[in-house]
Amino acid sequence: MHMADALLSPAVGASFWAGTIAAIGYASKKLKQNIDDKMVPLMGVLGAFIFAAQLINFTIPGTGSSGHIGGGMILAVLLGPHAAFLVMASVLLVQALFFADGGLLALGCNIWNLGLYPCYIAYPLLYRPLAGDGRDPKRNLAAALVAAVAGLQMGAFSVVLETLLSGKTELPFGAFALLMLTIHLAIGVAEGLVTAGVITYVRSARPELLENAALSGPPRQSVSIRKVLAILALLAVITSGGLSWFASTHPDGLEWAIEKVTGGRGVEGSGQGVAGALRKAQERTAVLPDYQFKQETREGDRGTDGPPPQSAAGAGTSVAGIVGAAIVLLVSLAVGFTVRILRGRGKHAQ
Amino acid sequence: MSFDQAFYTIGRLDLLSYQDTVVHRLDARVKVAATLLFVVMVVSYPKYEVLSLMPFFLFPVLMVSLGDLPVLFLVRKVLVVSPFAVCIGILNPLFDPGTVTVLGTTLSAGWISFLSILVKFALTISAALILIATTSFPGVCGALRRFGVPALFVSQLLFLYRYLFVLLEETLRIIRARELRSFGGRGREAKVAVRIIGSLFLRTVERAERIYRAMLSRGFAGDIPVLRRRGMEAADALFLTVAAVSFALFRFLPVGEWTGRFAQELFR
Repeated sequence: MHMADALLSPAVGASFWAGTIAAIGYASKKLKQNIDDKMVPLMGVLGAFIFAAQLINFTIPGTGSSGHIGGGMILAVLLGPHAAFLVMASVLLVQALFFADGGLLALGCNIWNLGLYPCYIAYPLLYRPLAGDGRDPKRNLAAALVAAVAGLQMGAFSVVLETLLSGKTELPFGAFALLMLTIHLAIGVAEGLVTAGVITYVRSARPELLENAALSGPPRQSVSIRKVLAILALLAVITSGGLSWFASTHPDGLEWAIEKVTGGRGVEGSGQGVAGALRKAQERTAVLPDYQFKQETREGDRGTDGPPPQSAAGAGTSVAGIVGAAIVLLVSLAVGFTVRILRGRGKHAQ
Repeated sequence: MSFDQAFYTIGRLDLLSYQDTVVHRLDARVKVAATLLFVVMVVSYPKYEVLSLMPFFLFPVLMVSLGDLPVLFLVRKVLVVSPFAVCIGILNPLFDPGTVTVLGTTLSAGWISFLSILVKFALTISAALILIATTSFPGVCGALRRFGVPALFVSQLLFLYRYLFVLLEETLRIIRARELRSFGGRGREAKVAVRIIGSLFLRTVERAERIYRAMLSRGFAGDIPVLRRRGMEAADALFLTVAAVSFALFRFLPVGEWTGRFAQELFR
């Protein structure tokens, strides 16, 4: 599932972009060391392949709904993790631009969620050890299932973290995580089944392709433990950072969720964390201190250090704000319309 | 999104990106930079902000009208894409305990934050579509390369784009064949999808091998050189400056508020 710009805060978006750019740099460097030029067109064309394959719908077994593959795990097995990660990043970039799936700020998160977890975590740590040499179809199936499910679960959990760290939604952490992880369990199983099927198919038709792919990646059975540990440590820092933020904001997850659902006001959640810091920054940068739509109107959100509520003047501000926004919007549209007409005339004059 | 729709969208955006207008002629780098700045500015608003986002609509409106882009097509794209933000956002009114009074009506503060998500969604999504429709994919790739993205990554991006249309046409034929042979839910099982994807993969690899050989015989050495290099021109610098200054104005000054007060004074 694609993360969307509208749910992100700049801080979260920027951190995931930073992680993603680092990962792209790392993958490119690694690939340059041990491949020939042949890989470049192969990766590009396989990117187009994943793009097309994602458009092939099939029925997800046991649910009746239809879905499509993500492709990260197939690529990791067939190309090795570095090339697979770069291909996934390109596919997501094309989708972000042409289908506007998520948007440009969220692209960093999406590459991280849908590329990094399957290629750099699930593939080397789960698929490789479980599948062995990959010749046994049953082992291959089990490995692909476990790895695809784990990769998607990590991605889904990551979406939950990104959404909640951004603080644009009111969803309680537990319920949201449960919902996302359950949905993605079914998707993960489907992905795993199709991945295993495609790998077995390719192995039976052109076994040498898999051997070549293994050669162009890092050598078999020698996944560097240090690198894996480094990645895991990085993830642990991110996860624990996120979790501790939740822990500090909401001392008891369940209590907090109940309070949220029942409308209790015991927790002053939105004043802390990234969202709170941003809002404070905005308050400081506001030129007219009384231009605080939410402060005057929203009781539950008023922080202890916030300005006192406005009375009559506040209502006036609010009306002026609404009228002004409407005018600005209309003027924008009028400008666009005028430009259109003027351009049309210019064309006819020529 | 159905396959035909996806295919049509990409083709249409690709065609649009080769128009010749003021916006299309701008350097790809300034357009990428301005779009990123725009998205960050829009997203940086706190969650209960709706009204002060309105001035930001000026940017997509101007880009669309100056760039001669079809309004309805883009609006439809924005409406259909990615229901995720909407699905998550619609839960805000349920979980938000606060209330808001707008022009005398009291409603859950969650409606305001939901509205804010919708507005941000419309702005950021249209910005991405407008970028590609005015810059072209190779243009964006060139900009990425000159921003310092690794050559290997950019080269295979260009390959991806070049062969996207070829592969999509091939897949279109395969999907059509499947539709013709399946009645009801038959033929849509994962088993069939596996064979389709598997054989598509093999064909793709064989195609890549042919492409590579053809390229080798034409002197390919691992990098795709960009033929049309141009420097920043005055117009590009002006565009970026105007965009940055006006985004900052919209973001940090209550433009809508002032307009509203001015209008109130005018009609008093």
